[in-house]
This record gives sequence, C-alpha cells and structure tokens, in this order.
Amino acid sequence: MSDTTDSGPVLAADGTPLKRSLNRALRAQKMRALALIAPLLIFVLVTFIAPIADMLFRSVENQIVSNTLPNTVATLNDWDGTGDTMPGEETFEALYYDMFLAAESKRHTRLGSRLNYEEAGISSMFRTSGRRVDDVGEDQIDALEDIDESWGDEAFWFALMSGADGAAKADDIVEAQRTRLSRLNETGFSGEVGFAPSQEIADLLPRTVRAYSAFAVFTAIADGDVVAEEEPWETVKVALIEDLRNGADLSGYDGPGAEELRAAQEGMADQPAIDYKQAFLDMNEDWGDLDNWKTIKMYAPPFTEGYFLNAIDMQKTPEGFQARPESEQIYIKLFKRTLFMSLMITGSCILLAYPVAFLLANLPMRTSSLLMILVLLPFWTSLLVRTSAWKVMLQQQGVINDTLVWLGLVDDASRLVMINNQFGTIVAMTHILLPFMILPMYSVMSTIPPYYVRAAKSLGATNWTAFWRVYFPQSVPGIGAGSILVFILAIGYYITPEIVGGTTGTFISNRIAYHISISLNWGLAAALGSILLAAVLILYWAYDKIVGIDNVKLG
Amino acid sequence: MTFKTTLLASTALTVAAVSAQAQDMANSMTLVSWGGAYQNSQQKAYVEPYLAANPGVTATWDESSAEAVAKMRAMNEAGNVTWDLVDVVASDAMRLCDEGLAMELDHDEILAPAPDGTDASDDFGDLIVSDCFIPQIVYSTTFGYRTDMVPDGVEPPSTVCDVFDLETYPGKRSLQKRPIDNMEWALYCDGVAKDELYDVLSTDEGVNRALAKLDSIKDQVVWWTAGAETPQLLADGEVFMGSTYNGRLFSAIAEQDQPIEMMWDMQSFDLDGWVIPAGLPEDRLARVLDFLKFATDTQRLADQAAYISYGPARQSSAPLVGQHAELGIDMAPHMPTDPANAENTHLYDYEWWADNRDDLDAKFQAWLAN
Amino acid sequence: MTLTIIEPKPVSFVAPVVAVAGAFCGLLVGTAHDNPLLGVAIGAVLTAVLAFVWLSVFRNERAARWLTFLGFGAVGFAYAGVPGVVIGLAFGAFFGWFIFWLGEGRYRAKLPPYSTGMQVFLHFLFRVLCGAIFIFLITPILVVMPLSFNAENFFTFTPEMLRFDPEGYSLKHYRDFFTNSDWQQAMWNSLSIAPMATILSVGFGTLAAIGLSSEHVPFRRAIMAVLISPMIVPLIISAAGMYFFYSRLGLQGTYWGVVLAHAALGIPFVIITVTATLVGFDRSLTRAAANMGANPVTTFFRVQMPLILPGVISGGLFAFITSFDEVVVVLFVGSAGQKTLPWQMFIGLREQISPTILAVATILVVISIALLTTVELLRRRSERLRGMSPG
Repeated sequence: MSDTTDSGPVLAADGTPLKRSLNRALRAQKMRALALIAPLLIFVLVTFIAPIADMLFRSVENQIVSNTLPNTVATLNDWDGTGDTMPGEETFEALYYDMFLAAESKRHTRLGSRLNYEEAGISSMFRTSGRRVDDVGEDQIDALEDIDESWGDEAFWFALMSGADGAAKADDIVEAQRTRLSRLNETGFSGEVGFAPSQEIADLLPRTVRAYSAFAVFTAIADGDVVAEEEPWETVKVALIEDLRNGADLSGYDGPGAEELRAAQEGMADQPAIDYKQAFLDMNEDWGDLDNWKTIKMYAPPFTEGYFLNAIDMQKTPEGFQARPESEQIYIKLFKRTLFMSLMITGSCILLAYPVAFLLANLPMRTSSLLMILVLLPFWTSLLVRTSAWKVMLQQQGVINDTLVWLGLVDDASRLVMINNQFGTIVAMTHILLPFMILPMYSVMSTIPPYYVRAAKSLGATNWTAFWRVYFPQSVPGIGAGSILVFILAIGYYITPEIVGGTTGTFISNRIAYHISISLNWGLAAALGSILLAAVLILYWAYDKIVGIDNVKLG
Repeated sequence: MTFKTTLLASTALTVAAVSAQAQDMANSMTLVSWGGAYQNSQQKAYVEPYLAANPGVTATWDESSAEAVAKMRAMNEAGNVTWDLVDVVASDAMRLCDEGLAMELDHDEILAPAPDGTDASDDFGDLIVSDCFIPQIVYSTTFGYRTDMVPDGVEPPSTVCDVFDLETYPGKRSLQKRPIDNMEWALYCDGVAKDELYDVLSTDEGVNRALAKLDSIKDQVVWWTAGAETPQLLADGEVFMGSTYNGRLFSAIAEQDQPIEMMWDMQSFDLDGWVIPAGLPEDRLARVLDFLKFATDTQRLADQAAYISYGPARQSSAPLVGQHAELGIDMAPHMPTDPANAENTHLYDYEWWADNRDDLDAKFQAWLAN
Repeated sequence: MTLTIIEPKPVSFVAPVVAVAGAFCGLLVGTAHDNPLLGVAIGAVLTAVLAFVWLSVFRNERAARWLTFLGFGAVGFAYAGVPGVVIGLAFGAFFGWFIFWLGEGRYRAKLPPYSTGMQVFLHFLFRVLCGAIFIFLITPILVVMPLSFNAENFFTFTPEMLRFDPEGYSLKHYRDFFTNSDWQQAMWNSLSIAPMATILSVGFGTLAAIGLSSEHVPFRRAIMAVLISPMIVPLIISAAGMYFFYSRLGLQGTYWGVVLAHAALGIPFVIITVTATLVGFDRSLTRAAANMGANPVTTFFRVQMPLILPGVISGGLFAFITSFDEVVVVLFVGSAGQKTLPWQMFIGLREQISPTILAVATILVVISIALLTTVELLRRRSERLRGMSPG
C-alpha cells in the first residue's frame, strides 16, 4: 500500500507523507463517527436485538425431550422408529427412572404438553403416568420391606450408601446426577448435598447408587432437607431389587448393611420380575400406541424443525415431511391473508394519501400547517380508542348504517355488514396508518419544484399530461417510501384486527399472540414470528435497495 | 403423588407457622385479577376490610389474569416471581399446578373452617379441583337475549338450542371464540345425550358433527374474546342473543337497565379462585397465607355476592348471601347455583379439555378461518 | 398582486348550481320522511328561489345570510324539534354562504384568471375530495367526543342523545377519570415513563444520527438496519422477546424495564427524522466553526444543534407518542406498578366497556390540539420575528 511512497511522496506540513496523514485523519473521522454511534448501537443490541434473537431461538429449540427423558432417549437410539415393533423392556425400565424424576420435579407435564403439539393425547398420557409412577414395583418393594424393616429406614439407607467412615468416595456419581437434575429443572442446582456414595457400593450396586444420588441431590437442594433424615424414593428400592436380581456379587462385601443385603438377595430371588411395560400400560394404555413412541423418538434431538413445519401446515412423520390434514391447515392461509390485506391497506392508503399530500404540498404554508394538525391529530388519539370508535361507526347498528337507513339508501332489515370482516379491518387500519403514508409523500412532494409542471404546460401539455408525465414521476419516491412503511407496519399489526377483524379479518400476528399468551406454544409462536420477520426483512432490504432508508422522512 | 404433596405442603406450612409467629410478614402484596366489576367485588369484600384491619399493609392489583399462565411460566423460567396471589379459572389452576408453577396446599390447614366447625375441604367440597386451587366463586357461561328483538308472536327463547334455531329466532348471536362450551352445546342440540358429549367429541366424526352444527349458524355469529363484548353487543342491538359470564349479564340487566333477559338453560359451570405462585420468599408467603385465610372465610365469600352475581364457593356462605350493595335487591335468585336457574346445567370436563385443547383448537381455528 | 377579477356572476349560473345542492339536501330530508322525490323537488325549488331573491331582489348580504340561517333553523324546529334546529341551522348557514360565494364570484379569488370553467370545477371537486379524506381522518375523534358525554355505560348513541335530550348526557365519565385512583395513577405512570423514554431515545438517537451522517462510516447499512429494526419488527414479537429477556435480567416489571423498552421503540423515529435533517446540513458550517477555534463540543451546541433542532424535536415528539400510546409491549414488560394509560384503557375495553376511556381520549385530544396549535403559533411568531414571510 505504501509502495508508491518511494518516488518522492507529497509531504504534509509536519513532514509526514500526505497520504498517510490523510489516512490518519480519515481513520480518526471514522473512529469519531463510530464512537458517536456506539452507545446507541449497544443500547439497541442489548435492549432489542438480543431479546428478539432469544425469542426466535425458541423456534428450533427442543432440549426438553432429551433433558426430561435422557435414559429413555438413549435406549431409543437402538430402536427402529419406522417399523411395527414396540420398543423393548429396557426402554420402559429407563422410562420408569426418567418419569419418576420428572414427576418429582414436575416437569413431565411440560414435556407432555410439548409432545401433545405433535400427537394429541400424549399430554394426558404423561399427566396420568406422573401421578401413578410411584406404584411401579409396589409388590416387590413390600416384599423387600417384609424381609427386613431396615429397608424402610432412612438412616440405614444413608449408612449403606455412604459406606464406612473413610471409605473411598464416588463423588462423580453425585455430580452426574446434579447435572442431570439441573438440566431437567433448568436451574443451577448448586449447593451442598451432604452425601457421597462409597466407591465400593457404587461398583457393587450401580443402579441403586445412581437412584439414591439423584434422590439425595433433589432432597438436599430442591426440598432443602437433610438426606439422612428422609426415606429414599421408590426408585431407589426398585433399583436395588434390580441390582440384586441381576446378580450383584455380595460375597466379598463387608461394609454397612452387608447382612441385610445378602438376606434381601436371597429373599427376592423367588419374587416375580418387575414388568415395567405392563406397569406403564396399566397407568395409561396409550403407552402401547406405537405412534406415541415414534413421536418421542422423532422429537428426541435437541433441535427440531417441527415448529417450522407446523407453521407451514406440514408435519414430520417417520415417512418424511407431510402436509397436515385439510381440517387443520390454517397458517398458509393466514399468511396469504395477511399479505393480501396488507396490500389492500397499502393500496387504499396510497389512494387516500396522494390527494391530501398533494394539497398540503401545494397550499400556502400557513394553511397547510393548519391542515397538518388534522393529519397529526389521530396520532394523539389512543390506538385503542380509534379502533373502538371505528367499531361504533361500522357496526350494524352503528353510525354509518343508521345514517344510510335514515336516508333510505339501505333497508333497515338489510343493514350492511362492515365490521368483523376484512372490510372492517381494512377501513380501520387504513385510517390508523394513513398518516404514515401522508407524511413521507408530503415531504417528497414539497421538494418538487412547481416550475417543471408550469414549463410542461407552457409547452402545450394538458393538465393531465403535465401531471402524469412530469409531476407524478417525481412523486414516486414518496409513494415508495410511504408504501413500504405502511406495509411493514400493517403486516405486524395485532390489536386492531383483534377488535374489528372478526374471524376473516385477523392477521398472523393474532395467532402469534394467541400462541404466546393462551396456548403457550411458544415454539410455534416463535416459528411463525420468524417467518413473519423474514418477510419483513426482505421487504426492508428491497426498500433499502430501491429507495434507500435515508429517504424516509416523517414530517 | 400424594407423598410429594404432603411433603411440599408440610414444608410450606412449617415455614408459614414459623414466620407467622415471628411476625415476619411482608407489608405489600401484588394481587392478580381480571379487572372490572369482578375485581371490584374482591376489593370491596375482602381487600379493603383486610387492609383496614392491617394498617401499614398495601395491596397492588395487576389485571393480568387473562395471561396469568403465560406470565407465571415466564417468571418461573426467569426465577423472578413478582406476584403474590393470582386469581385464575379452574382449568388454568390445574395447568399451573401440573407444571409446578403454583404451590400445592393443604386446604384444611391454611383456610378457616366454616362457622359450624366443618373443615374447609368439606365446606368447599368437590370445588377443590386441584391441590393448588382455592375456589372463590362459581360462575357460569350462559346466554342472554334482547327482549325487544324477539319476533312478534313467538315465545321468547328458552333453551340453548334456540340459539341454533335461525328460523324461529333470526338475528345475530355472539359466541366465545374458542371451542370450549360451543362444541358441547352444538352436539347437545344435535341430539347427543348430555352424558355422552365427551365420548362423541373424542372421535373425529364427533368433532365434525359439532362443527357442522355450528356451521349452520356460522354466518350469524359474532365471536367474542373479552367478557365485556357480549353485553356491549346486546346493548347496541348488534346481536339478538349471546353467551357471556352470568355476572356480566346481571350487571347489564339490573345495573344498566338494558332490555335483556337471561337464558339459564345448559349454563356451563366453571370456577374461579386463587393460586399461590411457587417459590415465594418466606415473608411474602406468610403475608399471603394470612390474607388468604381472611379472604376466603365464610362471611367474606358471602359478602362478595353483594357486589356481583357469582355464587360463593363455600357451602356455608350460601345462606348468608344478602342483597345487592347498591340496588338492594336479593342476590340469591341471580346466582347461577340457584335451583331455579340450575335446572339444566353443564359441567365441563377439565381433564378432557386439558388433553384435547390444542388439538381441537387447531381444528376450530381452521374451521373459523375457512 | 392578484390579477383575478372578482365580479358578480349572473343569477342564471348561480341559481341552477345552488338548486343542485338544494336538491341534494332535499333528498336527505325527504328520504327521512319517506318521500325522497318530493324532498328533491322542494329543496331544488326553494334554494333556487332563495338564490334569485337574494342576488337580484334583495342585495344585502349580511341581512340575507342571517335570515337564511334563522329561517332554516325555524323550519327545522317546526318539523323535527331540537335535532331539526341543528340540521336546519347548519343548512341555513351553508346556503347563506354558498349563494353569495357563488354569486359574488369569490370562488375564483385564488385561481389563475385564465382557468376554464372545467378547471375551476375540477379544482373544487378536488378540494371536496380532500375535505372528505380529512373528515375520514378525524372521524374517530368526531365519534369519541360526543360519546364521552354519554349518560350510559356503553359505547352507544342512545335515542336520548340523538334527541339532544339533556338526560342523555352527563359528565360522569369525566368525574370518574378525575376521581378514580387507578386512572390517576395510570396518568402519572404514563407521564413519568414517556418523557424518560423520550430523553433516552433522543439523546442516544441524535448522537448516533450525527455519527451516521458523517461521510466515512463503515458498515453503515448494517448499522442503520439494526437501529431501524424496532420499527419494523412486528410488535408482538418484540414484546414477547423483551418479556423473556428482561425477566432474566430482572428488568421485567420495573420502571426502567418499561423505559428501556419504550426508548428502544422510539429510536427509529429519532434516527429517521434527525438523519433527514442532517442530509440538508451544510458541513462547511462546522468546518468554519472549527477553523475559528471552536472545540467540537462548542461547535455541536452552538452551530449544529440549533440547525437540526426541528428534526430533533419532531423525532422526540414521535418517540413520546410511541411511548404514550404503546400498549402491547407495556402489557408484557410492565407489571402493576407501571400501568400506563393505554394499559388502563385496554383493561377497560376488555373487562368492562366504560366510556371513561372516551373521556380520557377526549381530554388527550383537546390537550394535543392545544399543544399543536401553540407550536404552530410559536413557529409563525418566530418566522415573523426573523422577517420571513410565512408561505
């Protein structure tokens, strides 16, 4: 870059090469400009862009399945989710531990609602199962406690799990359960647990120690209790029974509770095995429905395209993406309608704003600024009030219909329907957005010099030709600026269509609002919002290319 | 999960007991309700007396009950609970309780017994539909019609099926923009027995049948989303008949003198009550429990009925229901639970709707949009 | 300086034109009495005769206009009581003015003298059309104002109101607004949130606009897109996003949360108006100031600021209105302590339709008319002082 300086550069007053000096000045200027912009940029990024990004991320996020049912999901990896066979017994066993923990943390119904978006009925499957999951293995637990009462004693359990004083500890198991619980509950789960299993018992009874550790972490942190003073959950006992049945080799063990363990292993040998699958079918027969399992497997990955598919009336099936049933298709239609009505509103705004802007631009300043008050006045009237006023105007017993009936133009029995349909929305929104069209048009028109039209006329153009060939082309940037502004504002409107739109005059934003505050399907709301936002951004980009954002003027 | 319930409740109670003894109670409460006449009745019947008895305590209202579930979920996600006591309908209370967003309670421990010593849980009876829920009122969604729009020579409408009879009763109707209640009424008027409504609705054919019935009046329906809309539409003569909460109709008829008449047939009962958000700090919880004990006792619930025509949720309150605070008319005949009004009622199935709401809503909205 | 000659027009031109207008009014009255044709005939004949009499027989404008005004009022009263008087007086005032406006040829006063009849007609047709659009613009205000005096608790023109029966009107909704603590609190909240949000957006926005207007800004388009985004992102998405995000920061339900959210929403308006003003800003002025030894701060406050002030003020006004009239975001981001006027209105509309909302709206409209008029008068005064002729 500085190669050319060899051949005797031009020097600035202080002796540095002029080029470098200029570059430095330019850089300083750039830095100053950026320094002026930076505070606002940071402000907008933090207060606005970050929240939007956070919101839109929900449209693909799907960690809830793997966070709530991690073990089940792991076993499902080996299961063919397209065939006719049900998942195996090990899946149901994993489901038992997952479900128990989820029910304790009250997260199972959230997962149920999440999966219910994809397959109706899953929600109740999870809800009923959550209530009854602690009944699994009831008989076997009773049998265990019959063998020795110690199995119902919290202190005995704590001693058994902790091992003898000074024994090697397996802290990693507690930490693993802490991580799992904090993922499940979406909170930190930090704090003192007051328990660590001995390495020896962890090797001997792996399931039991895992279950007990989960219990310990939950008891100590979520409930704020002392682990040694609480009776372990049913899962711990079921896990022990499974460990014992699976041939834990107790012969070399002589730590706390060694005797009871041996007695239990012997006593439990003739008990029937716990049938997890049957247990879940008893809770809710829908666990036997293959489709529900396919849904769980399909939505196990941490990210999903499911919400976006739903937003365009599609769904994910094992056979690939498919259109939803006709009777549930709604979003494409709503997008089209939003587009169509926004265009109608923009069109009527152009028609109404053009003459007014023309008049304002050609009147003497004194008169035009008085009339400008009329344009600005609606801005100062609350949006809600304006919309309600249109309701009073447009309804069947409203002011306009009353007047028409009074004039005899309309029969009393056949009053016009002007509200709760597209017409109502278009009228009310045209009114609300009209100032946004008039102001940019006015600012463009007031810069058009009047002598062009006069010149055209003096050259023999008719009024119409002078207007159409000379004036109008110069006013097009104003129309463009106003149109994009109105269209962008219209496409995202929500309160006005809600009040005057009825069923046929509502926009996609109304559905987004519905999913955010009523149905709580935030993922779908975010997906719909992302699509809407993408449409707006494309428009913005086009606008910036064609007109340039600097050319928008308000007043 | 009863084990869990008692565990949680007992923790809460120990906490409450300890803090109550220590007089360590927060001095302000944020109460969430619906606004309008209903919130006013709560303010008059229990908040004002409570504040008078506890000088120094302040109560702030937040009219966000309509978005309560969404907001409580977001508060919980952010770990920043700003509400102390939230008024919600029963189905929302169940959803909040299921998701662990509302606190589970032992009703007998925290609520005052009836004057005759009956435990609170027996006094409220079946109305405690969720462990987190403390019912306040029984209300119903029912129809009202404009008396001056009844065609000449025709009996005024008397059954819910008259809503679907456009030939005898021409004119617009207003219905709530949701499938709940409307689907049941449609099926009932299509000849399905009352106890089979949900069985039929569980099938695709049943859903189509209900929608087909609604189709027959679709052109004449104005759909509402806010409780104030139907009374306004009736007052304007914009609709002939419309469904809304019975208290709204009472207020339009008795307080505003509008030419409107109630149509109690197949009124759909529902409950409204308090839930406590999960995860309140001890001092705020102590204050809320203290307030709650006062606000849901027999006399207070009966007092509320002097301001709005909703039935008190306690059985022991019913005999104490008196006269309207301003108009001086007897309130009992205007209660949805009055035997004369409750001849043919419909209690909607919370469980069923909790399971099928999303699914039916998608179908209903698609039907509306077509 | 006008060359247009204002001269009386022949009755043969005026009478038919007035008759057409009279026929139209007659149609309105006639249809109300179930006889439109008769109405048209009476209206046309009556007004044509009136035009003839006033212009050729009795040429005293002041007296004639009063006579027409009161005469129509009396006829109206005879036919339809109090509402009739109002309509009658309106018709009377219009025809009294219209006949002489046409008859004296005043309508040509501001038109080029060479305009053809057709051009004159089109000119006024265009004016009438614009008038109709202006009426469309202020329709809601025309509806809201009378309804706010409704004696009933509904948004309905009652028969009493239409009869101009004093029974149908009342000030109770105004009383409600001034005595109800909820409304007063909402008013104070709005008045404490909107100015702070405006200050933030104007402060940051003006600085950034000045930065953006300098010639060498890297990534100008991208930065502009980010700064404009609060205006183009659909409100419901912004509201939900801010709700979740602010909750996590502990800003949800706080005064500053709402202020920050509203400031973000107001920024695009400030950026747009201020950059627009800066486009026409002559950069040599700042260089001249710097040349004469002014430091950048002085230059900014003494040279640049006074010149771009109109843009800053109008941007500030937009930002203020955005915050003052915003309901979606505050519903999500605010909590009970930040209940603003629009929020209170929203609750009012949803839970109990009460014309108190309309009373509030009327008060706000009156205040804003007063404000806008004051601003306009001040502008004219300063122009006069600066010796510029307005328009």
